[in-house]
Amino acid sequence: MMRRLLPLVALAVMAVLPYSTLRIPYVLDGPLNSPGTLQLLAICLVFGGLATGYDLMFGRTGLLSFGHALYFAGGVYGTAILVDRTTWPLWLAALVAVAGTALLATLLGAIALRTNGIAFAMVTLAFAQVGAITVARNPGQVTGGEEGLPLDGARLPEPLVGVVNTANLYWLALAFVAVVLFAVHRIGDAPAGRVLIAVRDDDRRVGVIGLDPYRFRLLAFVTSGALAALGGVAYALLVGGASVHVTSSDFTLSLLVMVVLGGPGTRWGPLLGGFAFAFLDQRLTAVGSSDAVAGLPSVLSGPLSQPLFILGTAFILAVYFVPGGLAGLAGRLGPLRRLLPAKAHT
Amino acid sequence: MSTVVLLLVTGLGLAGLYFLVASGLSLVFGLADVLNFAHGLFLSVGAYATWWAAGVVPGGGTGWGFGLAVAIGVAAGAAVATVVELVLIRPLYRRTIEQVLVTVGLSLAGVALLQAIWGADARPFPRPDWTRVVTHLGGAAIPNASLLLIIGAGAVLLALLGFLRYTRIGLVIRAGVEDRSMVTALGIDVRKAFTLVFAIGGAAAALAGALAGVAFGAVSPGQGTSLLIFGFIVVVIGGMGSVTGSAAAAAAVGLVQQFANYYAPGLGDISVVVLLAAVLLVRPQGLASLARGTA
Repeated sequence: MMRRLLPLVALAVMAVLPYSTLRIPYVLDGPLNSPGTLQLLAICLVFGGLATGYDLMFGRTGLLSFGHALYFAGGVYGTAILVDRTTWPLWLAALVAVAGTALLATLLGAIALRTNGIAFAMVTLAFAQVGAITVARNPGQVTGGEEGLPLDGARLPEPLVGVVNTANLYWLALAFVAVVLFAVHRIGDAPAGRVLIAVRDDDRRVGVIGLDPYRFRLLAFVTSGALAALGGVAYALLVGGASVHVTSSDFTLSLLVMVVLGGPGTRWGPLLGGFAFAFLDQRLTAVGSSDAVAGLPSVLSGPLSQPLFILGTAFILAVYFVPGGLAGLAGRLGPLRRLLPAKAHT
Repeated sequence: MSTVVLLLVTGLGLAGLYFLVASGLSLVFGLADVLNFAHGLFLSVGAYATWWAAGVVPGGGTGWGFGLAVAIGVAAGAAVATVVELVLIRPLYRRTIEQVLVTVGLSLAGVALLQAIWGADARPFPRPDWTRVVTHLGGAAIPNASLLLIIGAGAVLLALLGFLRYTRIGLVIRAGVEDRSMVTALGIDVRKAFTLVFAIGGAAAALAGALAGVAFGAVSPGQGTSLLIFGFIVVVIGGMGSVTGSAAAAAAVGLVQQFANYYAPGLGDISVVVLLAAVLLVRPQGLASLARGTA
């Protein structure tokens, strides 16, 4: 009972955060309901949701895709371009962007899934690279090239525009996470989810039973891509536009880092990993440019001012020493926890 | 006609660059099953070490001094690759996914470290004067940098093939690519070959970095990563573990890219990916399986 209620309680707590004026020194700059903090938390939530969606493919189905940035960028750029070029209302633009990206994922996934393992990783990487190059080339001036494409506030619904409405964007990000968690957990708990795990562990066996592993892989790939596009819509609204960074292969790599840090194939691990990674990425930038770091000798201050250096190193250490990720840590602490009350009794 | 010659030679120059990146990737993957994302880092290390050495070595911007700078860059790339293999890859022997993850982390951290030391912006690369001029060949004015890339890649190709064919350790590597467990069962320590292959791959990538610096006239921390993606494409098209396959695939990719960019501006990169998709649909094992006669 407790296990079932806990996520709902957590969701409720997260939902009322914008009404709190709590300050957490050193961790957050301002009180919880300040626009800066809400924006930071919302971005962390979006990345937590993205990592969860990516894990449906990576941790649960065993597909190592290096091209997930393409589908996220589909949502980001699809929304930004449709809002920029058409007079459609936002909901229609978002719907078309997500549906179009899902279609693209179906097409490209159908080709890429003809390979498996490392070749699949490289093919998805190549497809995503085409997306990145196309966006940077700026065909017909639609994508804005290296400059990015800002969203025009006048064309958006009023409650989603401006610093005063950051709380609405925060709720939007929270809703996205809830949708992703609901979808991924529903699939995971359904018979289809068991088949996905079976495909990961032994796809020949699945074939012998009479199910087509290819179809289930494609299902995971397309669902994951569509969820990424949905996250892209939320992200575009949150940061107020699209930038070329979201198309880069580094973006996919950081999703992979988030999932592995959190614990691939676990219920809450990817969410935790994504949230923690995004949080550290943002906060370490602030720490790196602070006076305390600038005062260190340049041998230390240089690398410490690069969040990716710290996160990359932490990631390598995690692969060696924390194989199950953050979610695995709980299991490892289990024996310790059982020991403690036992001692208290005697 | 002169346009075709020009496109042919510059396309092959590009192919030379891709081959230098892909040959090491392909051998490492074929032998050790490691998809090495840190390969782009080796390339950047080679480029920056050459750039640094050219400023320190007397006469580093021209002639023999520049040759020495390139040699230092290549040595740096090989050294970094060796250390990476010994310290990070070897403990994860046979755990493929973890090895990939470690190289991913390494590429993120390494590029960030290069950025911390030399800044995120591109730096002008010292080029000997003779690489800036053109040679007239068949009525076309060919940039010498392209010729340099072709000669460099050709030399590496011949050296690699000779090494694999005529030396004992080369034999071990070829056998290891075919069937690693059999080689181990025969009592040969393949791990030494792993380290050597990593060092060779690192050296080739570093050479690619130095020559890319000459060809593009600049070095930047992210350069390695963007070339690495084309390296991956070449490896997939050519077939994993095959040096000749990589060479053929590199030539195909370079030429397709160059010709497509001329006749349909902006479509060069996309046509390369179309080529990749076509090869995968027809022959998922890559071009090398054609020569071996296996599907």
